[in-house]
Amino acid sequence: MSSNNRPLSPHLDVYRLPLSALLSIVHRGTGAFLSIGSVVLVWWLMALAGGEASFTSAQSFLGSFFGRLILLGWSFALFFHLANGIRHLVWDAGYGFEKEAVEKSSLVVIAAAVILTLAVWLAAFIFAAGA
Amino acid sequence: MSLRSPLGTAKGLGSAKDGLHHWWAQRVTAVALIPLTVLFAFQVALLSMSDYKTVIDCIGSPWSSALIISLIVAAFYHAALGMQVIYEDYISNKAIRIGAIMTTNLMLFLLGTAAIIAVLRIALGG
Repeated sequence: MSSNNRPLSPHLDVYRLPLSALLSIVHRGTGAFLSIGSVVLVWWLMALAGGEASFTSAQSFLGSFFGRLILLGWSFALFFHLANGIRHLVWDAGYGFEKEAVEKSSLVVIAAAVILTLAVWLAAFIFAAGA
Repeated sequence: MSLRSPLGTAKGLGSAKDGLHHWWAQRVTAVALIPLTVLFAFQVALLSMSDYKTVIDCIGSPWSSALIISLIVAAFYHAALGMQVIYEDYISNKAIRIGAIMTTNLMLFLLGTAAIIAVLRIALGG
């Protein structure tokens, strides 16, 4: 057949996903996750508005192991989406499209997401303790 | 001369002339969300061990509540725009796609309204 040498789109099951492609789909995934996770934010604000009793029970759930696990995923998803979103804004402005630049900025995005997540949890565990 | 086919016109396909608005609104909300999310995340983290009275006073102060309501408006608008793109990319059935977009928009509108009312109640001490 004449079509033998034509370029194919990648077969995803045998194709090693480049880091930039992985970050691209994770950006979507974290975006959808945060949309659903917004329920936690709304629930927390409503508990706070509802008075001391509802606030205390919301805080004790969020302070439990399961609550903290949700918040850990929530905060990392937020900071990843934030960092990669800033990269998208830079791309929108027309910068950083070269292959080396994309590979470098992928690592910067991951590092920024991890550092911001650590920083916010350090703020919660160290600086908030005395308040 | 129009480059659109008569069939495309009859079926309502092609440019609805609001694609740029969608794209632009997503960027404007994204830029707004950079400082708003970082401020809120650290504010909540620093309040994580505080008692009810301290949290109410801090969240409900005029600047804080104004920033949180701005965050809610920008975040839910941004979420609605983003979820729409995801549905448009992955759902090929038109009826299901439109239903998913509508349901999501209405849910996010309801959640955003509830969150704003909660913040107003905290701020105004209702």
